[in-house]
Amino acid sequence: MNYDVAVIGGGVIGCVVARELSRYCCRTVLLEKEEDVCSGTSKANSAIVHAGYDAETGSKKAAFNVKGNAMMEPLSRELDFAFRRTGSMVLCFSEAEMPALHALYERGRANGVPGLKLLSGEEARGLEPNLSDEVKETLYAPTGGIVCPFGMTIALAENACENGVEFALETKVEHIERAGDGYVLATNRGLYRAAYVVNAAGVYADVFHNMVSERRLHITPRRGEYCLFDKEAGGHIGMTVFQLPGAYGKGVLVTPTVHGNLLAGPTAADQENRDETATTAAGLNEVCQKAARSVKHLPFGQIITSFAGLRAHEERGDFILGEAEDAPGFFDAAGIESPGLSCAPAIGSYLAELVADRGNFKKKQDFKARRTGIVHAAALPVEERRALIARRPEYGAIVCRCEEVSEGEILDAIKRPLGARSLDGIKRRVRQGMGRCQGGFCTPGVMEILARETGIPMEELCKNRSGSRMIVS
Amino acid sequence: MICHDIVIIGGGPAGLAAAAAARKNGMEDILILERDRVLGGILNQCIHNGFGLHTFKEELTGPEYASRYIRLVKELGISCRTGSMVLSISRDKEVTVVSREKGLQVIRAKALILAMGCRERPRGALNIPGCRPAGIYTAGTAQRLMNIEGYRVGKEAVILGSGDIGLIMARRMVLEGAKVKAVAELMPYSGGLKRNIVQCLDDYGIPLKLGYTVVDIEGQDRVEGVTLAAVGPDRKPIAGTEEHYRCDTLLLSCGLIPENELSKGMGLPMNPVTSGPMVNDRLETGAAGVFACGNVLHVHDLVDYVSEEAALAGEHAARYVRNGGAESETSGHLPVILRAENGVRYTVPQSLDPGAMAEKVTVRFRVSDVYKGRSVCVYLDKTCISRQKRRVMTPGEMEQVTLTRERLLQAPGLKEITIRTEVEE
Repeated sequence: MNYDVAVIGGGVIGCVVARELSRYCCRTVLLEKEEDVCSGTSKANSAIVHAGYDAETGSKKAAFNVKGNAMMEPLSRELDFAFRRTGSMVLCFSEAEMPALHALYERGRANGVPGLKLLSGEEARGLEPNLSDEVKETLYAPTGGIVCPFGMTIALAENACENGVEFALETKVEHIERAGDGYVLATNRGLYRAAYVVNAAGVYADVFHNMVSERRLHITPRRGEYCLFDKEAGGHIGMTVFQLPGAYGKGVLVTPTVHGNLLAGPTAADQENRDETATTAAGLNEVCQKAARSVKHLPFGQIITSFAGLRAHEERGDFILGEAEDAPGFFDAAGIESPGLSCAPAIGSYLAELVADRGNFKKKQDFKARRTGIVHAAALPVEERRALIARRPEYGAIVCRCEEVSEGEILDAIKRPLGARSLDGIKRRVRQGMGRCQGGFCTPGVMEILARETGIPMEELCKNRSGSRMIVS
Repeated sequence: MICHDIVIIGGGPAGLAAAAAARKNGMEDILILERDRVLGGILNQCIHNGFGLHTFKEELTGPEYASRYIRLVKELGISCRTGSMVLSISRDKEVTVVSREKGLQVIRAKALILAMGCRERPRGALNIPGCRPAGIYTAGTAQRLMNIEGYRVGKEAVILGSGDIGLIMARRMVLEGAKVKAVAELMPYSGGLKRNIVQCLDDYGIPLKLGYTVVDIEGQDRVEGVTLAAVGPDRKPIAGTEEHYRCDTLLLSCGLIPENELSKGMGLPMNPVTSGPMVNDRLETGAAGVFACGNVLHVHDLVDYVSEEAALAGEHAARYVRNGGAESETSGHLPVILRAENGVRYTVPQSLDPGAMAEKVTVRFRVSDVYKGRSVCVYLDKTCISRQKRRVMTPGEMEQVTLTRERLLQAPGLKEITIRTEVEE
């Protein structure tokens, strides 16, 4: 199979690069080892669009963050995914910490972050009444925001797919070799040849890079645990609140989510294993304790789930973006840890342009920039919802009661381009099972629909990748 | 707008019994709204026996028990709409409902009966650390997959929590050829009925590990094992007591939560202990003409008591409509508050009106711990009027006392009734 470009990895970075490449006349394939896109770091993170004051001035992180932040809103409208500019605050709890907060403010200004303001504790509590009484001063960034990371990644993937990118799922790259003017990628599903490779493999990006380059990368998976609260707690605060950053990242934040829940986390623990995302009692406890320092009266009894994700930390501390020096045509998007999600739109355009320049690809005339997401019937105005159900009665049959997801939406999740083939795939597309009962009532019904629509027997349905069977008979 | 005299939210055992009682009390225009495709609620998946000993004086399976009420409701000509999910209810009793057939509708009711039942506490709410593979189910979800859809979820299971559904599922898994390695219970006592421990665990040699919890779940794709550990008096795991079990399934039976999103949306005053609405002796909530019964009000142990309670709600809803939906009946007495104290976790109802109450009112409650040889005492203000010794009381079983109007009226200026346990001298 011959391609112009092979993108390794179907996370937000792989998908945004694929989508941006789909503006050009080139044959692109995206190789993803899991059964769906958005199955690694992109599915388990803080879901934050950072303002851009954290990263050192002059770093790639700083430049791409400010740019990506500005691109996020138009992109969310173009591709119909959930994004909200809520603003954010960094909290400082003592006089001693104030110089660090002020340094962050200065750095933000140097990075070009608009609208930054230092607020006193009282001013901050005026905006966020549940902020801890210990808060002495805060750095307020009006451009901070929140996004649905699944919604965004899947939107990018669907749009790329519609514009001709091929998605090879459950296709695990095992080996890469330079061959002639391009590369041969050996996978569990055979050989893929491509003139150019984009390495967006998350915590595995160093492994692939080091197969073709002598300039070694070293990525450390850094695990972060989170707790998610019921929507009843969603209004507890209105914007993301951070603590002052430490050596391991931005510390534990508390944030509303675009879907109205409340999220607290992450911890930061370096590990060797690139797949281990178990939560730990100590980690979850740490999240709760630290979150309680920022925000008072957190209703810990309303936690509905907890999870962990891995950040791909490269030892030099900055993103590695662009063509590898000693591997022509091999482009890295490596070390994409926070603020990677915020930077994604900017990284996508940057890398796609680099690759297109190298390959001399022409722009397409018929690129479809717009994508319409799955209709969430419950979010429609009453008359529109009535009309929809009259036309398509399946939107009147509620399957997931907590998130009010109808059978119509579940069918959409399955039948769209790159449709869901697993229960998690459905969940990430339409939020079935993401509510307070965590799928207790609707799982059997959704299994039945998935089996019926895909022809996969009930006994073979999976939660996510093959092997994660729902039924062991 | 569509109007009905009584609209009942939920067609499980509570909704059905309430409907039948309302009809027997003269109501013609009743509508039951049920979100599932069939009536009967969770009883449909409870294919074991043990239902109906009080109501029908015989032992029935869940579907049999449900079918008797479904037949009765049909015979009484009560309208039922299945596949109809209520989305919200306004304070003036306008019910927004959505269904495949009729789309989005608003239905106005003179009286409403809330009978939405309860849901199981999921893994996330228990904060169990570990991996998140397939094979972790609440006991009820596994029960539905097995008994309705016909699939056994796994071959080797560990069960956390000894609620009744967990105990029933332990036996069910064994009967279907699976191995149940242990049932772990955080508390030093089971949350289920004694008879279920005997019939579902003891009879099958399944160990019940009291004072244990799950501290880790393994498996990237499917559950491969769980680690149990003993807990101390603070319910926190004790290091060094870990025991590992290989299994492909973890079932959770760790408590039921009344499904009161609609009630909260209406702004009804809630009881933090039951997680149900506050009700008076007519089972009327904080909103006039809105009644509640069954597991949405408080989690019951036996469906028989659900039916009994629901019939009362149906009767009072009928009376409310017959009286023209006027202000709730009061006798001029100030409402008397019921207080739960000293080992009594809560009471239902939480208030009553001695002037307007029925001859007898049953007060249901649960206790906080296992008590042997304690008495249940009823105080009218400071005066103890009843002291009944119970051989044993456990949190898994509902208790009740009966209050008579006659006795309450003998206490002039009564403000508070206290139900408490007391250690016998």
